[in-house]
Amino acid sequence: MTARQRVWLVTIIGILLLSGAAGYGIVAWAEHRARASGPSEVESVVTDARPAGARVVFRNTALGAGYGLVASVPLSDPTAARSLTDLACDRVYATDALQSCLHIDRGVVTTFNGTLSDASGRETRSWPLAGVPSRTRISADSSLIAATSFVTGESYATVGFSTLTTISATDGSQDYGNLEDFALFVDDLRITAADRNVWGVTFSDDDNTFYATAASNNQTWLVRGDLAARTLTAIRDTAECPSLSPDGGRIAYKKEVSGAATPQWSIAVLDLATGTETMLPEKRNVDDQVVWLDDDTILYGLGRDGTVGDSDVWAVSAHGEAEPELYLAHAWSPSVVR
Amino acid sequence: MYISFSDRRGGVTAPPKSAAKVSSVVISLGVVSMLTDISSESVAAILPLYITGVIGLSTVAYGFIDGLYQGISAFVRIAGGWAADHGDQPKWIAFFGYGVSAIARIGLLFAAGFGTLVGVLALDRLGKGVRTAPRDALIVASSDPDNLGRSFGVHRMLDTVGAAVGPLLAFVILFFIPDGYSTIFVVSLAFAILGVAILGIVVPNTRPRAERAAVAADPRAPARFRWRQLTDPRLRRLLLCAGLLGMLTIGDGFIYLVLQSRGAFAAAWFPLLYVGTNVAFLLLAIPLGRLSDRFGRGRVFIIGHVALLAAYISAALPVSGPLVTILCLVLLGTFYAATDGILAALASQCAPEEARASGIAAAQTVVALTRLIASTGFGLLWFSLGRENAMLVAAAALALVIPVAAILLRGVVSRQPAR
Repeated sequence: MTARQRVWLVTIIGILLLSGAAGYGIVAWAEHRARASGPSEVESVVTDARPAGARVVFRNTALGAGYGLVASVPLSDPTAARSLTDLACDRVYATDALQSCLHIDRGVVTTFNGTLSDASGRETRSWPLAGVPSRTRISADSSLIAATSFVTGESYATVGFSTLTTISATDGSQDYGNLEDFALFVDDLRITAADRNVWGVTFSDDDNTFYATAASNNQTWLVRGDLAARTLTAIRDTAECPSLSPDGGRIAYKKEVSGAATPQWSIAVLDLATGTETMLPEKRNVDDQVVWLDDDTILYGLGRDGTVGDSDVWAVSAHGEAEPELYLAHAWSPSVVR
Repeated sequence: MYISFSDRRGGVTAPPKSAAKVSSVVISLGVVSMLTDISSESVAAILPLYITGVIGLSTVAYGFIDGLYQGISAFVRIAGGWAADHGDQPKWIAFFGYGVSAIARIGLLFAAGFGTLVGVLALDRLGKGVRTAPRDALIVASSDPDNLGRSFGVHRMLDTVGAAVGPLLAFVILFFIPDGYSTIFVVSLAFAILGVAILGIVVPNTRPRAERAAVAADPRAPARFRWRQLTDPRLRRLLLCAGLLGMLTIGDGFIYLVLQSRGAFAAAWFPLLYVGTNVAFLLLAIPLGRLSDRFGRGRVFIIGHVALLAAYISAALPVSGPLVTILCLVLLGTFYAATDGILAALASQCAPEEARASGIAAAQTVVALTRLIASTGFGLLWFSLGRENAMLVAAAALALVIPVAAILLRGVVSRQPAR
């Protein structure tokens, strides 16, 4: 083959390959358009005002119009038509006064941000995130907010895929910063290893104590945090993404049970007074920070088999007595406004 | 000035080249690298989104395994260099490496769970480890020794264009198709196959040893690769120098985290800071490569580390703002432009032709491993001293080592080449 023939050959190969890939992309785009503009899989109503009253706020993942928007259903009737807002969030948490929204801003330059909005839907604060949104929580009295994101965007993965968790006052008066800068104690020893990570905050009612996950060297701990003292103290190992019960007496968390490279998480409930851990009968892999529907029931999201980007919210008894039940189809990131 | 290397076995390397131009082989290899980087970086950029959004796992699990793969990659890099020298077939060893990565892209289309995904990524890294040194040896074999810095500059520029285009392409696809991960994987596969095809069809199979034997006066005694050839004292000095500096080259991620903690500008653009570094790298790769040909490769290599030192200081200074952030990224880009390809050029000068790929592989492995150690050690400093203080300690240590490295390198490039 002459040099000229070789160039022609790779040119033809290049045209075939790239037009093939472009064709695949165009078909995928057309399919996406058809899905996104089609009717929603669930009954929903678009609302301007944010609904009041006891409700479950979540991310709507029903394919079709309204996908990815914050929605809510009355606590008394979760099967009712869902009220859709016009706010898109990847992770959402609401109290009666405030709503925290972690969001991926897609585009040629994709960035990540968090916003806080008040009961009228007006944005009160916004801040950039270091990467893909993970968890967010607001304290029950709406005075503190926590947000966890993954740290992404490093071409040389030397820091690894770590997390960044921050706590601040919702009115912007105080910023407690990155929780990795808090002193971490395990069995009275301070852990200073480089690979420390903290994620998944849950607040108690005193505006100072919180619980979270701390990790280092392939180990995870449930830690009790003290905002004033800037400390994290391990109270149990192998526990992630804690969630404090409304009565403040128990903590539910996901617990790694496989011991292998590919994690398998189950839900456990720890009684803080007795130290008793109860494993719940959910057999599927739960990667979520659970929420308490009430003092007896836990809600969590699970991916829907076979559908990319869709998920359901399930409910299970916090006492480990009954099998899980589907609570809300096509939903993710639930929070309960009482 | 350093002594030019044009006296080194002058005229025995492959086809005649104009002194002012870069060989078409180098440009072809650059295009292959560019296409392959578009392929790999488009996937790497969306991987965190894919793992959390589709596979539904925390990405933290990925970080644990990442370190292990860095080690595997370093090991196969040596193996790739050795195989290229031993068989005198650098092109086909590089082809094998690129091919393995392309096959990994096919696996990506079918990777359903986290385990398979990790396996596919491991395969991709194996391919990357194998191909780097033979490819750099091909660049050396196809270049005029006087223009080696420029050749590597052109190659690294094209390579980095791919690294900058890949993520943008992936995010454009996700912008139009929010769940379009399979489209990204298909596009990535197309670019990977095209890169392999260009390498296989267009790039000639330069066989440094066979060609030299053909030209040599005594064809009965063609030089063979021997491990002993890697004990050239100049190569040892270069490895020592690169290792010393590598021990003080902390990961970019740390620098970005310091920038992010100091200013709103860097925080808002945090996920894109590496794009800024890449842009500076690609713009400066050719000018610094040319400078290295005239001013001395060792000197430019040292200047690159001075830029790194300046980047540390600019990140740790108690001033922040868009200008400081941009300055820091430009300095980091300068560091890569002045060291990445130049190191391969320096290593190729310190090893005989028969052991060229092995020599390049040895230098790159030393740098990869010492940087891994540097990042781990710096992580400890980070938590015991705090961000800025740790950065200043690293800067002080680098400021002490740079003169030592400069003296070591002086010995490397001013002595006569080994016979």
